[in-house]
Amino acid sequence: MPLKSIRLFGGFARGSLQLISEGNRAYWMWLAFLGMLIISGALAYAAQVTTGLGLTAMRDPVSWGFYIGNFTFLVGVAAAVVLVIPAYVYDWKPIREVVLYGELLAICSIIMCLMFVTVDIGRPDRFWHLMPPFGHLNFPSSVLAWDVVVLNLYFLVNFVVATHILYRAFHGKPYIKKLVVPLVLLSVPMAVGIHTVTAFLYNGLAARPYWNSSILAPQFLASAFCSGPAILLVMLQLLRKFTRFEIKDEAIWKVAELMAYAMFLNLFLHGAEAFKEFYSNTQHTLYTRYWYLGLGEHKTLVPYAWSAVALNILGFALFISPRTRRNWTTLNIGCLATYAGVYIEKGMGLIIPGLTPDTLGEIYVYYPTATELRVAAGIFATGFLLFTLMLKVAVPISLGEFHGKERAEEGAPSGAAALAH
Amino acid sequence: MRIERGRIRLAVIAAVAVSGAAMLLGRGAGEPEPQTAAAAKAPAATAQSQAKPVEEKLEVPPPPFSDGIYPCSTCHAAVPPNRTRRELAMHTEIDLKHDETHRWCLDCHDADNRDVLHLASGEKVEFTESYRLCGQCHGEKYRDWRAGVHGRRTGNWNGTKGYLLCAHCHNPHQPRFHSLAPKPAPERPSRVLSGGK
Amino acid sequence: MLNQRPEAGCGSEGCGSGGCGTQSGGSHGTGNQGCGSAGQGDYLGDPSRRLFNIAAVGAVASMALNTACGPKRLYEAPKDKLRALIAEEEKKYTAEYGKTVKVSDAGPMPGVQFAYALDISRCIGCRRCVYACVDENNQSRDPQIHWIKVNQMDKDKGVDFSHADPYYNPEQVPQEGHFYVPVACQQCEDPPCVKVCPTGATWKEKDGIVVIDYDWCIGCRYCMAACPYGARHFNWAEPKIAPSELNPNMHYLGNRPRTKGVVEKCTFCIQRSREGRYPACVEVCPVGARKFGNLLDASSEIRYIIEHKRILVLKEELNTVPRFFYFYAT
Repeated sequence: MPLKSIRLFGGFARGSLQLISEGNRAYWMWLAFLGMLIISGALAYAAQVTTGLGLTAMRDPVSWGFYIGNFTFLVGVAAAVVLVIPAYVYDWKPIREVVLYGELLAICSIIMCLMFVTVDIGRPDRFWHLMPPFGHLNFPSSVLAWDVVVLNLYFLVNFVVATHILYRAFHGKPYIKKLVVPLVLLSVPMAVGIHTVTAFLYNGLAARPYWNSSILAPQFLASAFCSGPAILLVMLQLLRKFTRFEIKDEAIWKVAELMAYAMFLNLFLHGAEAFKEFYSNTQHTLYTRYWYLGLGEHKTLVPYAWSAVALNILGFALFISPRTRRNWTTLNIGCLATYAGVYIEKGMGLIIPGLTPDTLGEIYVYYPTATELRVAAGIFATGFLLFTLMLKVAVPISLGEFHGKERAEEGAPSGAAALAH
Repeated sequence: MRIERGRIRLAVIAAVAVSGAAMLLGRGAGEPEPQTAAAAKAPAATAQSQAKPVEEKLEVPPPPFSDGIYPCSTCHAAVPPNRTRRELAMHTEIDLKHDETHRWCLDCHDADNRDVLHLASGEKVEFTESYRLCGQCHGEKYRDWRAGVHGRRTGNWNGTKGYLLCAHCHNPHQPRFHSLAPKPAPERPSRVLSGGK
Repeated sequence: MLNQRPEAGCGSEGCGSGGCGTQSGGSHGTGNQGCGSAGQGDYLGDPSRRLFNIAAVGAVASMALNTACGPKRLYEAPKDKLRALIAEEEKKYTAEYGKTVKVSDAGPMPGVQFAYALDISRCIGCRRCVYACVDENNQSRDPQIHWIKVNQMDKDKGVDFSHADPYYNPEQVPQEGHFYVPVACQQCEDPPCVKVCPTGATWKEKDGIVVIDYDWCIGCRYCMAACPYGARHFNWAEPKIAPSELNPNMHYLGNRPRTKGVVEKCTFCIQRSREGRYPACVEVCPVGARKFGNLLDASSEIRYIIEHKRILVLKEELNTVPRFFYFYAT
């Protein structure tokens, strides 16, 4: 058997390589663009490793910044895309085909998350200190240890499910239900889990009143339900346009509708938190005040705060009304607004006011340096590159255009059928 | 303070030998280098009475006399004591700001033996034990100081503590603590590290 | 609370027989195997486990040498192994800085719980302590790292750090209408920074000092986010100290030189306090505002202060239970 497996896998790998090495001009331009960003990011990171994290704008008062903000945002994306799975399990047809792509997106998001954590740490050469049996993971005391565990498990589950489905489809075989269904079911609570744990990472720090609010985890989930699907919707439209892949309109509209509810919840939770902060007006209001109103002459974040609010409200308004969510222009504006709004509020809007003023009242104005922007762009480009290549292989497989030899001999059941099995 | 010119003239002559001498007690607060005292366990030789609890005599570094001023008797032996409160022509560098409306030199310095001080009771105390004199009024500080809580600490937390006399940090004639020039403020965190390569 | 971590295991068996002994760089095939399998039981929450795990891996052994013989091993490993490691460190630093460096491995003394008290009514904000600390503890001069931050506060506002100014720079201190609150590590009884460290690179010693193993820290800065007192500092670039300014009397867990990318903090001058001496900041304070001693010694200054003075701790509501008391002597 092993010999056969190797042969089969060899065919899959060779075929995949061939698939990704073929494409039109736009494809190659896209890859070149991503490649440039990756190289620029790698160079910036190399400088950062040599000189130290001093090349970032992070300093003792604001010891986390852009990297960790992106990490948090992407955990949300990774979690949210999988939350369409229940529709799959309950066999709601229009969304069912989407699940595989959601999982691929989740895989790429997790990879980006792990890269963002890696570039943020001062001694990446000691990463193995986290890994038993060589290192020591301070589990269960450290929430960061929990995060490392759940993110990696989540990655593993999605990776197994997605590759299994694709690999089996490639060989014209239905996936093994006994393997996939439990894993898919497992990945739903895990998706909630990774995001909750990531929220708890901040939530558990009593030193930072801005984070030390029990509304943080629910709010994380609510905003993740907005940003993840926003990416998914854009992706589905692109797939539909550029491939033979069929995605029904209702599927897209349904997701948009769900996003509207999620955004309502997100705005409601933000409002609840803002009320508590401003009405009670304790010393802890400082941080919320810094975000929305600024403190003294320090108003750097205020425009970001209100643009996030405006974008989120815009996204909500466009998705709650059936007329605008069924109009492709307004739908895509809504997606962009939601994505940008959540990106601001959950990235910089979470990290920076959480750390400013610092625990002894000092205000250090943080905004990312060129190094941070280049490294972050490089990581996003890596994620997009991976996702592009995955789609390049996955789409033909699920369309039944790309398959193994023996399958052709068996007389090719349609790929979609194999997938939907 | 009243002035009695005749006496002053006498004093001036007698004090020529120590011209310019000043008791700069405690000038430059906190700067003297304290010594680590040996275990000061000997019972106080000058214990006032059997009834009172015996206080240990603490080992301290030498009192911060300015050069050449001590022993005071070098000059004062030749001068008959004048117990009248007045403004001095000698020791003019001393500007008494220590409850000066109620107090003057001979409330603390002993007129009969210039090389010692005396308590309110009349008991004489050496300069090395001047803390007992200060402690008469500043009882709470004295108690804190003996416990090692008032004043600068040096030496060992689990062994011999280094003690300083009150006068090492406080000028007895102007005991209020002087202000100091602060050391440089820390650098503000900057987006660009000066130290970065 | 004093000892949250189980300390079972590693000591003699792991590090002693196979593990840490590999520090001379060889491959300890069988010995390591033994160590590895012996430890498969429970590693959770036991930092010593990692030490012999590391040691068990011949391949990474050379890289992990110092680390492998990290914190726990410091007190658990056979004395000769430990001395060998420390001697290696001393040699390295001596060569690097051109002066004879001594690295102490002194452990906590039995019956000693360190605590600190600072007299807010006396402190004049002169910052002598800040620079005495820098000199004693080999903080980087460039980029500048200060373990003590002296905050100038408004008398009308009280101890409210949103009105704190650490950058005051008048001709003379104290300034009218202000008081001063120097803040460094509060050596919490229940330190939030220790709880969050993903690798267990920081922990509380039995005498109450919260320490960091600079060789194990990965620089994630989670502890800095968790610390309510801004006590932890990160090496944003390679720290620089002129060899002439290096204090050669070091402790493994204290003032030995750090590298870029790791976190550092006050250790109550562990290299001094474990020898019975006062921390540098205590000795230098010109107004005698700084007090230090053993909480378990009824005749210590610290006990006297707690029993006789009005004291406060910073951010009491966070329940970190600092070992650093602020008091008003008058």
